[in-house]
Amino acid sequence: MYHSYWFQLLIVLLTLNIVVCSIDRLSTTWKIVSIKKPPFILSRFKNNADNEYFVDRRSAKQLRDIYEPFVSKGFGYIRTEQTDKGYCIFAEKWRWTRMGVYGVHLSIILLLMGALIGSFFGFDGYVNIPEGEVVNSIRIRNPERTQSLDFGIKCEDFNVTFYDSGTPKEFRSSLTIINNGKPVYKKDIVVNDPLRYKGINIFQSSYGSLPPKEVTLNFTSRKTGKVYKKKAVVGQQIDIPETGGKFVLKDYVNSYKFRGQPIGEAFIGILTHNNGSSAEVVLSLRFPNFNRMQKGDMVVSVSEYAQRYFTGLQVTKDPGVWVVYSGFMLLIIGCYITFFMSHQRLCIDIVKKGKKCRVMVSGTANKNKFGMQNKIKRISEKLIDSEHSSLT
Amino acid sequence: MNSSLVLSITTFIYGFAAILYIAFWIFKKPLLGRLATWTAIIGAVCNLAGIIMRWVESYSLGIAHAPLSNLYESMVFFSMTIIIVYLFIERKYKNRVIGAFTTPIAFLAMAYASMNPNISDRIQPLLPALKSNWLIAHVMTCFVGYSAFAIAFGISCMYLFKQKDTEGKSSLLAHFPNTRVLDELNHQMIMFGFLFLTIGIITGSVWANSAWGRYWGWDPKETWSLITWFIYATVLHARMMRGWSGKRIAYLSILGFIAVLFTYFGVNYLPGLHSYGTS
Repeated sequence: MYHSYWFQLLIVLLTLNIVVCSIDRLSTTWKIVSIKKPPFILSRFKNNADNEYFVDRRSAKQLRDIYEPFVSKGFGYIRTEQTDKGYCIFAEKWRWTRMGVYGVHLSIILLLMGALIGSFFGFDGYVNIPEGEVVNSIRIRNPERTQSLDFGIKCEDFNVTFYDSGTPKEFRSSLTIINNGKPVYKKDIVVNDPLRYKGINIFQSSYGSLPPKEVTLNFTSRKTGKVYKKKAVVGQQIDIPETGGKFVLKDYVNSYKFRGQPIGEAFIGILTHNNGSSAEVVLSLRFPNFNRMQKGDMVVSVSEYAQRYFTGLQVTKDPGVWVVYSGFMLLIIGCYITFFMSHQRLCIDIVKKGKKCRVMVSGTANKNKFGMQNKIKRISEKLIDSEHSSLT
Repeated sequence: MNSSLVLSITTFIYGFAAILYIAFWIFKKPLLGRLATWTAIIGAVCNLAGIIMRWVESYSLGIAHAPLSNLYESMVFFSMTIIIVYLFIERKYKNRVIGAFTTPIAFLAMAYASMNPNISDRIQPLLPALKSNWLIAHVMTCFVGYSAFAIAFGISCMYLFKQKDTEGKSSLLAHFPNTRVLDELNHQMIMFGFLFLTIGIITGSVWANSAWGRYWGWDPKETWSLITWFIYATVLHARMMRGWSGKRIAYLSILGFIAVLFTYFGVNYLPGLHSYGTS
């Protein structure tokens, strides 16, 4: 479904939607943000419902000189204007945070662009490498094809370890990168620690066992009790000692079922007696005694073998991943700015009333107005206290 | 005294705190409210102690890992963040009635984790795919986000009750914060949760890229977390661009929390990479 055209079309439409809506709004926001000298309209602040008022016994000039350094600590921009009866201190900060939401939208576009770059110039494939072997190409799904690599990957060794409970603990492949016949890079990879070489990433993904190349078989005679050891390779015929007859290893099965019970890896062999009659023999690798249940003069079982594994690797190339990651960074920063920072404006109006001064503290914010109200209250309290203690 | 016992005790403390908050809401005795707050604080401390003990125990079992690796451990962490975020709100907004609608969620999550026979509280070894430092960042941020959404859900329910009673007749609703504050708080929680859900999805994505070589694979959990993300993105846009507030936002917030629950529990019944969550 996710590779279908209607789904990709939806994603493209979503991108277009974001671009169009953002551009539509951007010009208005940009006009507000790009202003050099922010305008302040005192009457608007005066109409604010949540303003704080108090009376101070000091002169307007004194108050101005005390308030100004305090306000400039908390706000980036500050301007004092003389009014008919005193002073008005305007201040503001974080005007640019109005652009935060465009950062978020840009980040979404970066994510979709990165995904697009990845799907055009990258690939996602897999390869199984038997221990000790080298591959130069991998298989790609969707659509199924072969991708050749300009280097070889050799699997030196594969190991799987288990917890006591039987669940897997670690899959480890020792890999060597081979360039022009020479080993250039070695690394052991485990599930969360891939190998990266020339923009190509190699991940541990699966594994499986392979038929042993050679097994040592025990031929135990029922009559004499003597045990004969013989090396065997699939397809090669062996002469059976003592009783005569032939034995040939026919096949290797990864998971053999005996009466419905899985008994794991097994070889299937054919035992041909002297009289020409033959029987199929199952040689379990895990349960050597399984074969004692066979009838006949000679019991065949596996005595030694070297277990071989193949490692299953996921091989990917994605040049778009850094675009996606920068989108991630921008998305987090953008969300933070959009949600938790706002364009805040403060106005402190000092008006002479006889020997005293009446002070109004007012503020606006484009977001989180509740928080701004509290802030105005706090600022006002500090300004009142400044009569007794210095402002900090 | 092992971590399982401590966490079982925590469940009962949370239950007791929830009862106290509800009793405070109904009987309006300030003493009940203070008791409720202290019980919730003790519960959170026990909860944290349980998590730390579990971490230490995993070391002595030789399978050291942060206790954030299965459904049980995630729910224990989820409950703790709900209580901590709630206590923070209580302090800031100076209203304890909200506790009657949020602490029961933490209690239910703990009780479900402890009592459900299908959820194992044994410390299990980590699967190879989970062995990564991203585990802690990913699970923590996701569950901080989920708990913010859980609280937003509780507050949305409060809003819907409160707005019906415009004349202020009901004595049960008298001590609710006013609708303006509830609406604002709901919005704050959604923004907070959204930021953490975003970081949670991103850390998961970066982790997936380092473990499997792709940052997005349309795994059921990934898809549903994206659906949840879209629902909350819709809430934020509806509010900021269309000026929606109050009832409609409250309903959308409840819808969002249903999506969170499905992302958390429902998806476990679908095959996928996050299937560790089933046990």
